[in-house]
Amino acid sequence: MSATQTHGHAADHHDDHGPAKGITRWLTTTNHKDIGTMYLVFSLVMFLIGGAMALVIRAELFVPGMQLVDPGFFNTMTTVHALIMVFGAVMPATVGLANWMIPLQIGAPDMALPRMNNFSFWLLVAAFSLLILSLFMPGGGPASGWTLYPPLVLQTGDALPLAIFAIHLAGASSIMGAINIIVTIMNLRAPGMTLLKMPLFPWTWLITAYLLIAVMPVFAGAVTMLLTDHFFGTTFFAAAGGGDPVLYQHIFWFFGHPEVYIMILPAFGIVSEIIPTFSRKPLFGYDAMVYATASIAFLSFIVWAHHMFTVGMPLAGEMFFMLSTMLIAVPTGVKVFNWTATMWKGSLSFETPMLFALAFLFLFTIGGFSGLMMAIAPVDFQYHDTYFIVAHFHYVLVPGAVFAIMAAVYYWMPKWTGHMYDTKLANIHFWMSAIFVNVLFFPQHFLGLAGMPRRIPDYSTQFADWNMVSSIGAFGFGLSQLLFVYIIWKCAKGGQKVSAEVWDGARVHGLEWTVPSPAPYHTFDEAPVVK
Amino acid sequence: MKMVKRAFVAGMALFGLASPAMAAWSDVNLRVGVTELSREIYGLHMLILWICVAIAVAVFGVMIYSIATFRKSKGAVPATFDHNTKAEVIWTVIPVLILVGMAIPAARTLVKIDDMRGSELTVKVTGYQWKWQYEYVDHGVSFFSTLARTSDEARQLDSGIRPESVENYLLEVDNPLVVPQGKKVRVLITANDVIHAWWVPDFGMKKDAIPGYINEMWFRADEPGIYRGQCAELCGRDHGFMPVVVEVKSQADFDAWLAAQQAARQAAAAPAAQTAAVVSPVDQVAAVRVAVAE
Ligand SMILES: [Cu+2]
Repeated sequence: MSATQTHGHAADHHDDHGPAKGITRWLTTTNHKDIGTMYLVFSLVMFLIGGAMALVIRAELFVPGMQLVDPGFFNTMTTVHALIMVFGAVMPATVGLANWMIPLQIGAPDMALPRMNNFSFWLLVAAFSLLILSLFMPGGGPASGWTLYPPLVLQTGDALPLAIFAIHLAGASSIMGAINIIVTIMNLRAPGMTLLKMPLFPWTWLITAYLLIAVMPVFAGAVTMLLTDHFFGTTFFAAAGGGDPVLYQHIFWFFGHPEVYIMILPAFGIVSEIIPTFSRKPLFGYDAMVYATASIAFLSFIVWAHHMFTVGMPLAGEMFFMLSTMLIAVPTGVKVFNWTATMWKGSLSFETPMLFALAFLFLFTIGGFSGLMMAIAPVDFQYHDTYFIVAHFHYVLVPGAVFAIMAAVYYWMPKWTGHMYDTKLANIHFWMSAIFVNVLFFPQHFLGLAGMPRRIPDYSTQFADWNMVSSIGAFGFGLSQLLFVYIIWKCAKGGQKVSAEVWDGARVHGLEWTVPSPAPYHTFDEAPVVK
Repeated sequence: MKMVKRAFVAGMALFGLASPAMAAWSDVNLRVGVTELSREIYGLHMLILWICVAIAVAVFGVMIYSIATFRKSKGAVPATFDHNTKAEVIWTVIPVLILVGMAIPAARTLVKIDDMRGSELTVKVTGYQWKWQYEYVDHGVSFFSTLARTSDEARQLDSGIRPESVENYLLEVDNPLVVPQGKKVRVLITANDVIHAWWVPDFGMKKDAIPGYINEMWFRADEPGIYRGQCAELCGRDHGFMPVVVEVKSQADFDAWLAAQQAARQAAAAPAAQTAAVVSPVDQVAAVRVAVAE
């Protein structure tokens, strides 16, 4: 091999060149921007599939009586809707944003482990292909609720091993993604960017990544025990064999509660980026924000049994989990107050990302209030497993996490595509989403308080009015999201060219606004210096 | 334009629907219920709700004020401050104090809920897919309780029966649990197949029915009447169709009812004994029902 050839070879790989042509680009890419885009598109597809399932649910619940589906299929819809939204839509969307933005925000040329990055994305595709395949198995799809409680889950037909293997793959994918993010942040920050100079989005993701590594293996273990109980005669969770069905719930929620923060912490990061930019003011209480995020993450490990107040825990246990859960209100409150203080005496403008961030601020806080109410164990004996909890977690997940993700898409899409989105349509999308999400979920508080249990396909006639309102909201919200898809497609195709800074004065808010728009295929080949 | 119009039409539809529903407070809020615990729980619920409303008014007020006042379009010049230690300490400490204020009454009620002493009647509840079994453990009476036939017919896919035409649609059973008024009833809760949860909102409590576990809860109903609830833990295909109905009778009526149950059981047991080889326990229960009906 001659010297010139070696040089030519090196140039192939390291000089400024574009992506490979055709489908190979997407199958084999190790570029953080391509992989970020794939995660985001995947998440959008899952959001639409999971949303269609939600509409099946809301259509059946439009009026009392059974009109459309069998009760068993209804249970499959609630189960798979949740699994898809949690593991297929919200989590991959935040991973996609992390892929795109963390290298740009910390001044790194790419993710630290680019091949693993590609692998973790394609594993996710395999995982959800299996999960969707499980819908067509003899005995129907998984129908035990997304929490997969035994003994009920063990009555699942051939879908069970598929769903469990899907969870294993999705979990492996998440763990790899998390490792990648930690290694990237720890090793590839630009010179001068100390941890406490890092923007909030990478910060919240760093903490989220540790949560993922801590709890995904726990979940994988729990579902593996289900698998051996079902196929190999173990009795981890079968009372008849000396096992314990409640043990599963403890293990599940030890994963499940941090999982909630895995979905919301990156959203906190996003909102902490957007509010300062459109307030034209630095984030208020940066250090407090970082410490609040870390304390929420810590507390998330010691509150799990508040999901299980009705299983018959000893008094001391109920007391402990009630008090530890109430504590979460303190760091969460700090965050909300800091965002508000960031706007105080700012110079606010209301571009679409800011509108979504503001809706997040109000509506997530409402979800926080209902969360605080449910922390009170004696009252939770009434709220538990009713539509009140359905309203609560949808408030923190839809106008919470999902709105933050939409805010992020509008905020960074001009950087990705080089075009401004159609601002008029985007504002229509915002207002329709913001109005319908409340029509959809607010009445569910009433239904729950009035006594409607969750996960039922039909209900007593006293619940008819608010169910109809909620269903109208659901269809309105669902249709609005088709507009979102169109806006993204249109922005990818073309539109008004944007500057590197995109948003007036954004340059001071992050390194991503110092690279050209659209961001070139390779950025920060030479690390920027942060003062 | 079309979309705006559609939103407007939907909005009007909502308004039309919302106004009658608004009329009934019990349709949008927790029930006060008929037991000491349910009233205490309701009180706690309202206390926390109002605290949340007060905090919301303050926090949302500041947010709305900021949004309305500090606008670039109004020529607002941004300040440059990025922290204020005094404010940060205040909004960390005040929430802690509020939480302590909530935790004290909540803990007190929790202790009371946990106190099973001094019960005057014990009933064992067993969840099955998809019915309840009630056993009066000290009186030798037990029976199953399933969704009433009228509801069951109406709830079939495309039954053609309007749910509104069925009295207590999905909240009616063939054999309700019967308990005496004003007595502390201890409920032992378990399940035979998967996890269920036994819940009567008017008694303020729900508890999971778990195979291999016997959970406890108690209530003392102050008013005679019929109280309705549902299974509250997903238990499979017909989870939505296993209501809980409890009839609270005066002590005298309850005693008479219990005596009739015991007599019917004995009467049914005699002929049943002769044909024991072919009569299953379920048939026996059916026989008891027939006898009671007569
Ligand atoms: Cu049940």
